[in-house]
Amino acid sequence: MLSVPLYADSTMPAAQLANVQLPDPAQEAKAKALMETLRCLVCQGQSIADSNADLAGDMRSLVRQRIAAGESPEAIRAFLIARYGDWVSFAPPIDRTTWLLWAAPVLFLVAGGALVAGRLRRRR
Amino acid sequence: MIAEAGLAALWLGAALCALQLVAAVLSLSARVERSRDTFDTAPGGTSLDFARDERGLSGLIRPVAVAQAVLTALAFACLIAVFITVDLSVKLVVENDGVGRPLMYRFSGTWGNHEGSMLMWVSILAVGGAAVALIERRLEERTLIATLGGQAVIGLGFYAFLLFASNPFARLDPAAPAGQGLNPLLEDPGLAFHPPTLYIGYVGLSIAFSFAIGALVTRDVRPAFARAMRPWVLGAWIFLTIGITAGSYWAYYELGWGGWWFWDPVENASLMPWLAATALLHSVTVLATRDGLRAWTVMLAVVAFSMSMIGTFLVRSGILTSVHAFAVDPRRGSFLLALLILYIGGALALFALRVGTVREGSRFDVVSREGALVINNLLLSVILGIVLIGTLYPLVVEAFGDKISVGPPYFNATAGPLALLLLIVMAAGPMMRWRREQLGIIARRLIVPALVLIVALVAVKALHPAIGLWPLLGLAVAAGVGLASLAPLWGRNLRRTPLHTWGMVIAHFGIAVALAGMASDSAFTQERLVAARVGETMAIGPYRVTLANIAPDFGPGWTALNATLAVKRGAGAAYELHPLARTYWTQGTQTSETAIQTVLDGQLYTVLGASAGEGRWQVRLWWKPFVTLIWAGGALVAIGGVLSLLGRLLRERRNELRKAEVWA
Repeated sequence: MLSVPLYADSTMPAAQLANVQLPDPAQEAKAKALMETLRCLVCQGQSIADSNADLAGDMRSLVRQRIAAGESPEAIRAFLIARYGDWVSFAPPIDRTTWLLWAAPVLFLVAGGALVAGRLRRRR
Repeated sequence: MIAEAGLAALWLGAALCALQLVAAVLSLSARVERSRDTFDTAPGGTSLDFARDERGLSGLIRPVAVAQAVLTALAFACLIAVFITVDLSVKLVVENDGVGRPLMYRFSGTWGNHEGSMLMWVSILAVGGAAVALIERRLEERTLIATLGGQAVIGLGFYAFLLFASNPFARLDPAAPAGQGLNPLLEDPGLAFHPPTLYIGYVGLSIAFSFAIGALVTRDVRPAFARAMRPWVLGAWIFLTIGITAGSYWAYYELGWGGWWFWDPVENASLMPWLAATALLHSVTVLATRDGLRAWTVMLAVVAFSMSMIGTFLVRSGILTSVHAFAVDPRRGSFLLALLILYIGGALALFALRVGTVREGSRFDVVSREGALVINNLLLSVILGIVLIGTLYPLVVEAFGDKISVGPPYFNATAGPLALLLLIVMAAGPMMRWRREQLGIIARRLIVPALVLIVALVAVKALHPAIGLWPLLGLAVAAGVGLASLAPLWGRNLRRTPLHTWGMVIAHFGIAVALAGMASDSAFTQERLVAARVGETMAIGPYRVTLANIAPDFGPGWTALNATLAVKRGAGAAYELHPLARTYWTQGTQTSETAIQTVLDGQLYTVLGASAGEGRWQVRLWWKPFVTLIWAGGALVAIGGVLSLLGRLLRERRNELRKAEVWA
């Protein structure tokens, strides 16, 4: 029932909650925040929150249904990652391949700061 | 015929570019010889020969640069001509143009594709070089020659790319019966303005790059060099600012989901040169005014144009669609990549060789205007590094067989806090004196803005308890920084305040305004997604919107559903908005044409989607309070840049006149 076809058939009517909000504003806000961080798999760089593609609509519907059923956003993200891989999430995990990505901002800041501090100290 | 003329003009332009390079190299080496001669007291004859030789060649450089620009611009004009006349025997026209398309889109469609946009890139590069050759008089002659030589080196690579790997004038035999038309998303007035402005900005940075190369070659990194470079950097930066702001608004109304920035690699490709150029703009001021940050400024000039080239590579090589698509048809991508490595590597190598000869600039205290600008440069560079690694990381991972996405959650979490910090430095910096400032004085000057910041924080939180942390901080910082950015005008005679000070104040204020818009949009936007029947009324923000009618509509190349939305705000008069859902015949592509009502306190953004079945229609409505401040802020930043540029140029002109009077 909650499964997502990989390529939705465009002749079928759009999934139930693809283009309609959840009645509960708090739940909808949660769903919306999650949708903004999930990649539309058939688009170029768009999130499912801002895509016209049918697949994005199906995924929006899935997110809203699961949020309405009380599931946590991170559980839904984990479900989608298990299904489609890390690629579906715009929030990269922290693991063996991505630790450098997450460490980079700190490294840049420390290296740059040290460089500046060294220069300024030498000047005095 | 026109196509062949264009191709011939392009070849001739390339040949002149090569001549420009040869002339630069010969006249520079001749000068080195001559300066040796004067020391060696060589026989007069040789020395004279060299002198004559050098005058001939260096005299050649400026006209050659201008002629090259004229020919390349002519080639571009030829391409525009074959697009406007829809010459279906030209391959590029067939793929991107069509008979019966509106004139404006046949015109702007010239650069709505790979080959055309690369030809535009090269044309702007050539015209930029010609502008330097014609206008630049402050730079020492040797450095100018080296600069035009550098410009020719860049030009040659991209001419080769056009001529060998992406010829825009390639013919199709037999000619096609019809054109395929432009991508409907590009059929918008935005295409006529956005890419040219952005490209002028991108390529304008090549001038800063060539200046840096020139100064490294002739060891001329001094304040006079920085004063000569500053207007060119400022000009490129103004165009980048306009290009990014306009591009953001274009994406906002064209894509139909109310988003205005997506941290998409293509957007990042335009943001990175802007970040580097912003840092350069500030460091070049330190070099021009205080003779500090010499090596760093040269480095930034190299980095800024490198970011332009990386951006061009990302967008034009096809690597973004997929690393594997790139590997399957690698000709163009590898060509661009080779150019990238050659130029960036070459420039960095030259920098490494010569940086030892760049004398250390003058000294300053940590707490000083220079100190604040150094922190500005540090934070901008770190943000630039984050955007760069966030954009490239997925490509690297994919090359190793894995696939990840790096999007808004990463960039917002890492670059967001640094950007807020940067804004606070931006508020404090202009309050400081050059060389040395007392911490106590600055702290006292910052008291009022800090109070405003805190009051805004408390007030917004009290009025909207549910607001998120970052939008809250954004609004508060915007209020405090907005006020602080006006401080340089405080207590001054406004009529006698120099134009470039006005420029700085307006640009800084614009940044605060844009931040307010971003924070307001993310905190207060309301969304209504409805499957509505005709006659149904929806409430959104202060509005009541009634779906009054759905009617068929058509235009050049498309049919559409045209919704009539009757909009009423409070007790005000009702008016109509008409969002369209279009279908283009040729490609069968569907687009949403949004209808936006702009009012003083925000925008009502309406979209018509597809049929929702059972006589219902998908209607999407957003009420976005003060969202317009984002682009108004961007416009202020650009206006500040223009005033600053005018102020600098006028002051220089005045000084020259005064000098002339003294000598007369």
